[in-house]
Amino acid sequence: MAVAVAHGAEAAELRRAWHRSGQRRRLVSLLLVAPLFLYVLLAFMLPIGLVLYRAFENPELIEAFPETASALSGWDGGEGLPPDPVFATFARELADAPKRATAEAARRLNYEISGFRTLISSSARKIDSIEPAEPSAMRAALVALDERWGEPAYWHAMKRATPSYTPYYILAALDLRQDDRGDVVLAPEDQRTYVDILLRTLRIAAVVTLICLLLGFPLANLMATASGPFAVILMIAVMLPFWTSLLARTSAWIVLLQKEGLVNSLLARLGLIHAPLELIFNTTGLYIVMVHMMLPFMVLPLYATMKGIPPHFMKASASLGAHPLRGFLHVYLPMTLPGVGAGALLTFIVTVGYYITPSLVASAGDQMVGYFIAFFANTTINWGMASALGMVLLACVVVLYLLAARMVGIRQLAGLK
Amino acid sequence: MQYRHQIALARTLRHLFGAAMVLFLLAPLAAVVPLSFSAGSFLSYPLPGLSLRWYETVFLDGPWLATLKNSLIVGTVATIAATVLGTLAAYAFARRDLPMPTAVLGFLIAPMIVPPVISGLGMYFLLAWLGLTSTMAGVIVAHTVLAAPFVLITVTATLQGFDMSLLRAAASLGASPTKAFLTIVVPVITPGIVAGALFAFMTSFDEVVVTLFLAGPAQRTLPLKMFEGLRDNIEPSILAMATFLMVIAAMTLIVSVVLMKKNTRNLGGRLGRAMAETGE
Repeated sequence: MAVAVAHGAEAAELRRAWHRSGQRRRLVSLLLVAPLFLYVLLAFMLPIGLVLYRAFENPELIEAFPETASALSGWDGGEGLPPDPVFATFARELADAPKRATAEAARRLNYEISGFRTLISSSARKIDSIEPAEPSAMRAALVALDERWGEPAYWHAMKRATPSYTPYYILAALDLRQDDRGDVVLAPEDQRTYVDILLRTLRIAAVVTLICLLLGFPLANLMATASGPFAVILMIAVMLPFWTSLLARTSAWIVLLQKEGLVNSLLARLGLIHAPLELIFNTTGLYIVMVHMMLPFMVLPLYATMKGIPPHFMKASASLGAHPLRGFLHVYLPMTLPGVGAGALLTFIVTVGYYITPSLVASAGDQMVGYFIAFFANTTINWGMASALGMVLLACVVVLYLLAARMVGIRQLAGLK
Repeated sequence: MQYRHQIALARTLRHLFGAAMVLFLLAPLAAVVPLSFSAGSFLSYPLPGLSLRWYETVFLDGPWLATLKNSLIVGTVATIAATVLGTLAAYAFARRDLPMPTAVLGFLIAPMIVPPVISGLGMYFLLAWLGLTSTMAGVIVAHTVLAAPFVLITVTATLQGFDMSLLRAAASLGASPTKAFLTIVVPVITPGIVAGALFAFMTSFDEVVVTLFLAGPAQRTLPLKMFEGLRDNIEPSILAMATFLMVIAAMTLIVSVVLMKKNTRNLGGRLGRAMAETGE
């Protein structure tokens, strides 16, 4: 009202004051959110950035053989061998490079051509026996050391491995590689594994999501409509496993499903089976345990949505003469779709990145991408490959996350609405 | 008449299905409890006798206790840090004048969406760079960032529907901003903060994957020890620990239900816990 009756300069002054106080308020809000924002930025986004960087970083050859690296980058990489001075530079650097750097470079080169590691290490051992000679003679000397130095493929591989950044790992994670001419081609058939692993991961996540939806939808519906002690028991049945440590649940399932486990001995006692069933450490076990782990992720958003659907909607459809099935399909089901979307996407996103449970209850052939990331990081210490696979998995998750944000909204996904 | 039969049949089937799901969800947990009291070392029934020997192994023995202590230290410090960071941010969201609130929220809850195996790898790179791998500080830094989103979500859920103009009303009645905050916001927000802290603690207490990347032998946490035990050879002492963890889970569940009972929109918190599982 005051604004309405104020005129001219007075009104402008009032607007400015209002604007200033709004700005101050907003500044306070920004200051409140800033600590967590910065923390997530530094302790979370920066690490993700480092994974991205490590997926392309390629320092080994530059560190061990810097001059060879720059000489090779000047070579056009055509058919045949690099010019003689490259051989001379390489021979000198191979003799001088520190052992550790040489070993790292050898490991890196071995990714390009299997056997390169031994070529480097045996040559490094014998290089001191070569008499210093004219640059033009060094090529012959190296080839005499090991005839593979006379094969262009090894020099092409070395040239590919010299830039500071390489697409090698990310290509390898997609079963691709660069050939000697620098074109991107499919990896040899016997080396194509990662696309299969990725597809397997997506397939497992899809199957787990589907089973959870088929079981979770009626369960959530039952929870939303049941009353009295039954409703409480159902709620406890969903929430208690959920709060229980993942490893405690996994150990329970191992005990239950193993060969001498409870399920097998119960079935044997009932005379239903004569030999124990293989229920764990295979695909069956993986699905049973994963569904148990994931079911609450599906049930809780569904339950929230269904709880919000007024029961008289179905009654109204029935009073208008619709068969319950028709009422369900045309009235109830469409209203549950936001919950279905949130539950399914959440279940899928979480399953796709799972690693601990599958590593304990599934066979070697059922392992998902997460397992191989951990394998490359902790067992073979191949940071490039671990990071590249991490990027592929992250890309899948980000796509799903954006999809979920678009379809059901971030707030719904977080369970805030 | 036939219609009534159909309805009765449908209802029976629904209840049978419900009972089957309760069995599927709870039976595995219930089945290990008696085994943890076994006098023998086999993981099958019938039990050779009852004893507390596996509980003695777990609670009187050095290695298990050391990992429990590590988990409690990491969990406590990370929970305090995450609760402070998460509550401040949640309050900012409740003020409803943040620019691009949805995008900011999406950014802040990313740590519970990204698979922990990727976060763990990245945090290892960062901590290696800072020389903080195999330190308690490093593990705590990581657990804090994983736990904070759960506090943010739980407290935000508590503040949903909270009318910020109440603060202005208090100011118009002469209350100082501090007094208004203490008498109006704090009573509303406290159950949410405690529940959020509980989620944060459980997230940290159950975290394996990221810890696997960051912890050295001196920082081994309880889940890490359980993971190694399950990988090598499962024995009843693991089941004793599992039973202990189930008891803790039941207690936290009860506390969180009591805390969130007043708030009908408590699903945010529950889902927060749901997403805590992304921390595996």
